[in-house]
Amino acid sequence: MYKIVKKRVLNPTVTMMDILAPMVAKKAQAGQFIILRVDEDGERIPLTVAGYDRAAGTVKIIFQIVGGTTMRLSAKEEGEYICDFVGPLGCATHTDGIKKVCIVGGGVGCAIALPVAQRFKELGCEVHSIIGFRNKDLLILEDEFKACSDKLTVMTDDGSYGRQGVVTVPLKEEIEAGEKFDEVITIGPLIMMKFVVATTKPYNIPTTVSMNPIMIDGTGMCGGCRLTVGGQTKFACVDGPDFNGFEVDFDEAMSRASAYAEFEQRERDKCCNLFKKEVK
Amino acid sequence: MAINPKKNEMPVQEAKERARNFKEVALGYTPEIAVAEAQRCLNCKNKPCVNGCPVNIQIPDFITKVKEGDFEGAYQVISQSSSLPAVCGRVCPQETQCESKCTLGIKFEPVGIGRLERFVADWHNQNNHGEIELPKPNGHRVAVVGSGPSGLTCAGDLAKKGYKVTIFEALHLAGGVLVYGIPEFRLPKTIVQKEVETLKKYGVEVETNVVVGKTITIDELFEDGYEAVFVGSGAGLPRFMGIPGESLKGVYSANEFLTRSNLMKAYKDDSQTPILRGKNVAVVGGGNVAMDAARTALRLGADNVYIVYRRSMDELPARKEEVEHAQEEGIKFEILRNPVELIGYNNPDDRRDPKNGSVVGMKVIKCELGEPDEKGRRRPVEVPGSEYVIDVDCVIMSIGTSPNPLIKNTTAGLEVNRHGGIIVEEETGKTSKEGVYAGGDAVTGAATVILAMGAGKTAAKAIDEYLSKKHAK
Repeated sequence: MYKIVKKRVLNPTVTMMDILAPMVAKKAQAGQFIILRVDEDGERIPLTVAGYDRAAGTVKIIFQIVGGTTMRLSAKEEGEYICDFVGPLGCATHTDGIKKVCIVGGGVGCAIALPVAQRFKELGCEVHSIIGFRNKDLLILEDEFKACSDKLTVMTDDGSYGRQGVVTVPLKEEIEAGEKFDEVITIGPLIMMKFVVATTKPYNIPTTVSMNPIMIDGTGMCGGCRLTVGGQTKFACVDGPDFNGFEVDFDEAMSRASAYAEFEQRERDKCCNLFKKEVK
Repeated sequence: MAINPKKNEMPVQEAKERARNFKEVALGYTPEIAVAEAQRCLNCKNKPCVNGCPVNIQIPDFITKVKEGDFEGAYQVISQSSSLPAVCGRVCPQETQCESKCTLGIKFEPVGIGRLERFVADWHNQNNHGEIELPKPNGHRVAVVGSGPSGLTCAGDLAKKGYKVTIFEALHLAGGVLVYGIPEFRLPKTIVQKEVETLKKYGVEVETNVVVGKTITIDELFEDGYEAVFVGSGAGLPRFMGIPGESLKGVYSANEFLTRSNLMKAYKDDSQTPILRGKNVAVVGGGNVAMDAARTALRLGADNVYIVYRRSMDELPARKEEVEHAQEEGIKFEILRNPVELIGYNNPDDRRDPKNGSVVGMKVIKCELGEPDEKGRRRPVEVPGSEYVIDVDCVIMSIGTSPNPLIKNTTAGLEVNRHGGIIVEEETGKTSKEGVYAGGDAVTGAATVILAMGAGKTAAKAIDEYLSKKHAK
């Protein structure tokens, strides 16, 4: 059992938790992920590491409610326990040879982008961050990004906060204005990452994308997380989750991500009903 | 008394009924049938059956006890050699091992050794609740990586010698392939848990949710005070064919499909883990895993399940009993067929159609058997122009696995072969790294439960010798 030592609601659908898991905290690095189960008979879901405190033995996770499991998790309170927590899995984000980087995060993906931005800052790189949300209410981690970025641009789809528009607009502007990024790292919805790659490719700026496909074991055993990268089958859990964005087949990844859309909807509805009853 | 030329049949659930439930197919011998079957044993002097057993169970001795009605005595004989009798009685390919050497088998059907082993183990589990005799602790610690058949066996043997053993398991439940791979209807999970509980009584600790190579490395295990490490981490990464369409929705590796159903219990209606319940399912491959996947798909409600295999029925690598059970249940064998392409649904008028990207067909090509390959199996040769399409909405690739790189990549000095399997000395399981032993699929690639157990046993003996020698100095 793994204790929830801290919980913070970041916005109506996004929650942050610090989980006591000393063995995982000791090894975790930016870019890696964990797998958890909320309760016995629960589903295994992967979540990218959003931070860690080696001294306290805690690992930070930030998640959005998308299905039954994340809804059950968000209903847990500080001091309560979750059943399983395993990691760190996957490879850490590579940082070698990068002096100037642009981090592009979208929605809850910003939670994963943050430790990457912090890591580059620690290493003394120049960090530009562009973070995008649907609207002001969904904005998360602005202060944290400000603290580790030399330049921060906040975008909202509806213009209710920061600039109005998508993340690729300021990205393209910065590139056109002559900013020489050694690398662009993007984490967010698949469709956003696809367009970030389409933006950087004409300028041939190396672009890393963080993939978060459907997974079960997270150790390479099931192959459910497979992606086509550079025409080859890769497993996000052992070969990734970071990949060269120019080589990822995003259309296939988007199709595969929708495999259980109907089931997820049903589970979410079931859970909504359940919690409404309990909360009442 | 004349010898019954045939093995006593084991009662089974009727095929039509069992094809729609997940309860165990074979029901096991009654005490009366067991005694009758035991009486068929000739108790021959040279005991060829024992040589056919990878863990050398003293087969005629235990059968003699059964004959006498001393079922607990029979169990004690088996448990001297095997830590998992209830498992082996169910999943061992006896027809190619002990039973293939049975003297009775020259003229008649061999003694049903597997069925008797299963009976004895089940009898013990139901009737014996006595305390076990705990070995005297010797103060030495050994780490076991993976809680599958090789790891459980190695841990059990060492614990019985007084070692303090900790098993590290990557998943949330102990058992390895016995819990994620082999389905409930062939090996009830309560049996596996019972075997794990028995090990715990001997003082074995099981740490779940630890991925060795990620959460902790082998070198760190030594730093933590473990004096030897056994690696039984299993086969690992599923193989795909490399044909177009393998990333379509509805295409699974057998590992994923079975893990969803077995470990995550997706076969239950209230499961939180989803699984595609296909109506027309094709399973590619002919091994035990393929049979398990096919029969699981049937139980999940499929109308048609096909085994697509490129050789003929004679070359199927699966256990004979599994093939027979599959046939009885209505699995269709599309033999001498090789898939060349998986076809996806595509609605040109609506790119948001949720069905887009789902598998709807499998194009296969007919094969003929050609010259034997280096293993003596006749090679399949494709017949040009013989392609046709089978309608499917689910495809399960069951064509083997390649070793998991996690441990190799994080353990300096651990040598692997060109396939990625850990290199060991066969007689001892000793690897290129001092104090590290390995066995099971991590060494051999996909093989059987009993071979993995044999390797775990060999390594336990070698680890004991290694540590005894080290401390005698």
